Amino acid sequence: MTAPSYTRGDFQTDQEVRWCPGCGDYTILASVQQFLAGLGRPREEFVFISGIGCSSRFPYYVNTYGMHSIHGRAPAIASGVATTRPDLSVWVITGDGDGLSIGGNHLIHALRRNVNLKILLFNNQIYGLTKGQYSPTSEVGKSTKSSPFGSIDYPFNPVSLALGAEASYVARTLDMDRNHTQEILKTAYEHEGSAFIEIYQNCNVFNDKAFIQLTGKEERVHNRIDLEHGKPIVFDGGAKAVVMRGGEATVVDSSSVDPKAILVHDETRPNPSIAFALSRLSHGPYGPTPLGVFRNVQRPAYDAEVNAQVQAASDKLGSGDLHKLIRSHGTWTVEASSSNGG
Amino acid sequence: MADEIATPEPSTTPTEVLERLVVRFAGDSGDGMQLAGNRFTDASALFGNDLATLPSFPAEIRAPAGTLPGVSSFQVQIADYDILTAGDAPDCLVAMNPAALQKNLKDLRQGGTLLINTDAFDERNLAKAGYEEDPLSDGSLDGYRVIKVPMDDLTKKAVDGSGVSGRNVLRSKNFFALGLMAWLFHRPTEPTIAWVEKKFAKLPEVAAANTMAFKAGYNFGITPEATKNTFEVKPAALHPGTYTNVNGNTALAWGLIAASQKSGLPLFYGTYPITPASDVLHELSRHKNFGVRTFQAEDEIAGVGSAIGAAFAGNLAVTGSSGPGIALKSESISLAFMLELPLIVINVQRGGPSTGLPTKPEQSDLLFSLYGRHGESPIPVLAIPTPSEAFEMAIEAARIAIKYMTPVILLSDNYVANGSEPWRLPDLDAIPDIEVTFAENPNGPDGKFLPYLRNVDTFARPWAVPGTPGLEHRIGGLEKDAITGNVSYDPNNHQLMTDTRAWKVSNIANDIPPLEVTGDEDAKVLVLGWGSTFGTIRAAARRVRNEGQKVATAHLRHMNPMPNNLGEVLRSYDKLLIPELNTGQLLKLVRAEFLIDAVGLNKVAGEPFRVVDVTNKILEMVK
Repeated sequence: MTAPSYTRGDFQTDQEVRWCPGCGDYTILASVQQFLAGLGRPREEFVFISGIGCSSRFPYYVNTYGMHSIHGRAPAIASGVATTRPDLSVWVITGDGDGLSIGGNHLIHALRRNVNLKILLFNNQIYGLTKGQYSPTSEVGKSTKSSPFGSIDYPFNPVSLALGAEASYVARTLDMDRNHTQEILKTAYEHEGSAFIEIYQNCNVFNDKAFIQLTGKEERVHNRIDLEHGKPIVFDGGAKAVVMRGGEATVVDSSSVDPKAILVHDETRPNPSIAFALSRLSHGPYGPTPLGVFRNVQRPAYDAEVNAQVQAASDKLGSGDLHKLIRSHGTWTVEASSSNGG
Repeated sequence: MADEIATPEPSTTPTEVLERLVVRFAGDSGDGMQLAGNRFTDASALFGNDLATLPSFPAEIRAPAGTLPGVSSFQVQIADYDILTAGDAPDCLVAMNPAALQKNLKDLRQGGTLLINTDAFDERNLAKAGYEEDPLSDGSLDGYRVIKVPMDDLTKKAVDGSGVSGRNVLRSKNFFALGLMAWLFHRPTEPTIAWVEKKFAKLPEVAAANTMAFKAGYNFGITPEATKNTFEVKPAALHPGTYTNVNGNTALAWGLIAASQKSGLPLFYGTYPITPASDVLHELSRHKNFGVRTFQAEDEIAGVGSAIGAAFAGNLAVTGSSGPGIALKSESISLAFMLELPLIVINVQRGGPSTGLPTKPEQSDLLFSLYGRHGESPIPVLAIPTPSEAFEMAIEAARIAIKYMTPVILLSDNYVANGSEPWRLPDLDAIPDIEVTFAENPNGPDGKFLPYLRNVDTFARPWAVPGTPGLEHRIGGLEKDAITGNVSYDPNNHQLMTDTRAWKVSNIANDIPPLEVTGDEDAKVLVLGWGSTFGTIRAAARRVRNEGQKVATAHLRHMNPMPNNLGEVLRSYDKLLIPELNTGQLLKLVRAEFLIDAVGLNKVAGEPFRVVDVTNKILEMVK
């Protein structure tokens, strides 16, 4: 059978896309649709599962199998799909509220188990759909509808969290950088097991310009640290570099260090400590902030392990015999006689 | 040290023949009373008695030794006829320590047999059990037939040479007690000995110690010190067939596997451990060679969530828990209801509310099952009456879930889950297949697939499983347009969809058997039950008839929708009694739906009804 040939249009639905004009979600949608079209994989093999939030309207706009489920629960539901159907490509669409607040528990366990899911977390650092409360990634002091005196919540760093949850693939990208997003999607897709991608996504209605330090024409030159496997980590036109010093990743002037001291990025390091250190270069999109793939290691994917166990049991015990099973606690027989209606 | 079971000569020990006998083993949690009780039960089953059991566990894993909260007991009723309950009160109590005596003596019937381990009755243990005087010598046991046995000492002597030492020596105490009980009640010994050999095959010293203790206990019975007479309960005249002894959780697990085979769908069980449902997970997790995938999720919500995903993906998806866990699953069950996917939700009810009484029986989740979700979400609800019926009811739950594309709640409880009884094995080939039709082709105009376009008979929507070409579609928790399946907030559509979902479920009433009534044709009183009160109600009705009065009984298995003939049945009696282990839930439903002035007999005490109490209530209503 020849591989199907798709265009982006094949992955669009007939539903009117209802995000606010100017929302970063449009670009992410286009990136994903284009990426899927380019894979040449039968469209019916894709499943998109979302929770609740602006992010989670996503499945309605992608012409694959999809489920718009309930707040925070997409990774759990998706785990049921991925574990029982290793033939499918299962994607989770979530946001900073859906995935890190109510859904935090399911997220970390899916990552820990290494369930074969591609998890796209649209982080806009606000609760958009409910119209503007602060989220687990909003900065301290942020004034919102539910924090008129300023938020006192210390935010998560989603990449650090994912690494702490043993995620085997962790990456960060920007909604507006379509090429970068597609590269990340590709390596995530090729990764066997959980892939966690934090996507900085601009909500122009409730939290506009949250990522300006990484997207602004001037600012991004100085602040984007693009991690590339196998390359020394330098940025700002080469003027700045990242070194490990005292157990931490630190930004230094390139001219002040021996080139050999500059940290060379290795996604495949088994120990996630350095990946974690890199994630601590910034606590959010402020100042020099790393983007790209932080970690990409191999460990057995959950669905493969589950199904291997099932197969091994059959190999060892033979295919299940229900007749034998219901007799496995010992039986006795009552013969027909005149006293028992026999 | 006894190698052999001594065969008593044509016995000088007189034997009393009983129709039925209730035995309760009681001791500290670490004393092995459940094991002893189960072995006694199995030996009785193989001997051919009909029986019913009621284990009683403390909630804590191991309360301080010798204390009242630490007492664990196991009650079994054996009979030469069709026995329905584990008995109101024991005829024979085995008390391994003072706390067990303190807690259980009040239930022992006057003149009953009391087997006591005198070695445990020292000052410390007496104090822990709250005794100021030693009951062995203060005359308080005068009304019973007391058999005093220094079991610790005799066990130590018995296992000498087996290879066990230290603390392990006294662990065989329960087998000593069991051996003595086997002699006292003419139980066959081979099943226990064979069981010990198999179970402890990898620990030969333990196998030896247990066997030696068992035989020593049996032989002790023959000595003059022991007893004045023995008791015999002849085999019951059960229906011809092949039987096994099974508890409700095991039978339920096997029923799910059967449903998987009959439907051709792989079984997925997404769950989280909780008393008293965990054994369903344990049993299913052992049967991977049946293609069963069990998923021990991070919490209750992920348990049901993963099952919903598995259902979407085309599996026979099940989740199981008890009250507190089902409460957590409410929102997800509501989603499954909106998605109209097949899903079985098992609730093994326990004492509530909140953490309640985890190891005690109660039936207080009925209204919760029917209404415990936000919004209008009527879901089919079934309730299991006895351990052996759990098998067929699991299959019935699957049948309804698949045929009507709906979540189904299957109610069990502690009594059904942990109690056991002989189960006449069904002819597996005679069980009908469960038909499954996955959608294969678009069903709408212009080659479109409409995920909510319903089957005209069942009103079930099509089951289009990911991976099927041409049927790509999206479903979700928002309200859907009745034809296209797209999100819709249209007022008329919401009314239509609400009514349609409700109608689909109520129509299932046309696909379930009518309610059967047993008992006297011209009875004026009907006793209506559901769930695990089945045996007790039948036993009470039997006693009522033995007193020359008339009564009819009926038992619901389908709680929603209820059988079509229910109203007609209820109205044909002058009086209606509904015994429930709750404050009146089926009672409320019957009164509301049928405007009948039904009367409840209600108990929320963490234990089953006593037959005598149900009997007395019926007699009160009959006269």
